[in-house]
Amino acid sequence: MEERIIAAGFGGQGVMALGQLLTYAGMVEDKNVSWLPSYGPEMRGGTANCNVIISTEPVGSPVVVEATTALVLNKPSLDKFEDAVVPGGKLFINSSLIEQKAKRDDIDVYYVPANEIANEIGNDRTANMVMLGAYIEATKTVNVESIYEAFTKVFGEHRAHLLPINKEALEKGAESIRKQMALA
Amino acid sequence: MAKVLMKGNEALGAAAIAAGCKYFFGYPITPQNEVPEYMSKELPKVGGVFIQAESEVAAINMVYGAAGAGARVMTSSSSPGVALKQEGISYCAGAELPCVIVNIMRGGPGLGGIQPSQTDYFQATRGGGNGDYRLLVLAPANVQELVDLVMLGFDKADEYRNPVMILGDGMIGQMMEPVEFKDNNNQELPEKTWATVGTKGERKPNVVNSLYLDAEDLENHNTRLQEKYAKMKANETRVESYNIEDADVVITAYGTTSRIAKTAIAKLEKEGYKVGLIRPITLWPYPYDEFSKIKDDCKGVLTVEMNTGQMLEDVKLALNGRVPAYFYGRTGGMVPTPEEIVEKVKEIYGGDR
Repeated sequence: MEERIIAAGFGGQGVMALGQLLTYAGMVEDKNVSWLPSYGPEMRGGTANCNVIISTEPVGSPVVVEATTALVLNKPSLDKFEDAVVPGGKLFINSSLIEQKAKRDDIDVYYVPANEIANEIGNDRTANMVMLGAYIEATKTVNVESIYEAFTKVFGEHRAHLLPINKEALEKGAESIRKQMALA
Repeated sequence: MAKVLMKGNEALGAAAIAAGCKYFFGYPITPQNEVPEYMSKELPKVGGVFIQAESEVAAINMVYGAAGAGARVMTSSSSPGVALKQEGISYCAGAELPCVIVNIMRGGPGLGGIQPSQTDYFQATRGGGNGDYRLLVLAPANVQELVDLVMLGFDKADEYRNPVMILGDGMIGQMMEPVEFKDNNNQELPEKTWATVGTKGERKPNVVNSLYLDAEDLENHNTRLQEKYAKMKANETRVESYNIEDADVVITAYGTTSRIAKTAIAKLEKEGYKVGLIRPITLWPYPYDEFSKIKDDCKGVLTVEMNTGQMLEDVKLALNGRVPAYFYGRTGGMVPTPEEIVEKVKEIYGGDR
């Protein structure tokens, strides 16, 4: 098993944190993992992205060229990374900010209204966790419990009080996938 | 100790402190800024000192001072910053001062860019400063190895009284991987009787210097240095190899590029190609002998670097014309993809598998 993930969005949408949580969760489950951020000047106001690999084999190149999954939180990221997904791979689109539909018909596409869901639970900044919850529900790459365990490791103990609202965001993201599956 | 997920830059700082480094002098530059940031936060907690120097030149001379007083000391920078340190590095080598210098490389020449590169291979292995000197140059390929080599580097610096360079790139500095801080099995190291720690009126003053105005004295000093370098060549050469005796094509690469090569090799093996790997861990001393294990009818050795062919010169020295040498490189912060390497290997195969 090897998951090669690209998570991308505006700087500030929390794609780096999303990737770190996923990477940490993979490590908790004894997988081989790597997290590689973009660190160019494009981070300021432009798109930020990170590459995550979760594998049962040792990780070779940490750069994700042929992604098994892409999570895109804004339109420039969809434009940039839609073609990076391998045939049969998965693409998660934040439909709150991206009106456009995916062009590809050889991949599984999931539309997640991440910002709307995040607003419903009362914190727009949890949109990244909604996307992560959706991803985990659809792929089962890691257990959501491992994300809970990773939470304070990534954000620090002083953010432990934010775990409940983030758990809710993860759960609502998962729910949106279950609804889509039921319709399909 | 359990595994933690750490950025390369932070992990190397943690490794230095675990190895007993008490002093860090540096000046900010991307993509290694997390190193001084980490050291500024953590060194005071262990009774150490962090100073953001006024320049790279000042920082390396502070290293000279601390090392001369017998302390474990480190500086880090990225390519243009390490270029500025070269005079001080040569002085440290001349005065035989143990220290660890980290270069998290970015694209050049000049100010270049901030994305990963390997363009300082010549600078690190040929001596960017003046004089006949050598550094022990360690090139980690993952964050765990980065931690292990930083710890080893401090011991080797003390053992040989010689500067050690950790040569990484922006990718290894910025990426996160699980790391474990293993018990540092401190080797028995000689007491630093040469350090300038005060005579207490009980002995003659120690002098730390690289100036020898008498030609015969300086030649003798150089002879001693060369004997030391010969010992390092004999004892400190490190290399990882995979399947080289049997391979039709051998890829050689170091640092993060070697990981991309490994991904390429896995793809090629699935298609029935027999491809080996030589990954130098020490760039000086260079593992020349490893290349003699390659069979005579090997179709070629492909050097892959994020530059225009620097290690390639050592590979050619190692092969000595016995097997054809090929090169593939990207520059400017562009990272080679496994697919590009696969294509290049197939080209060398020339269609017959």
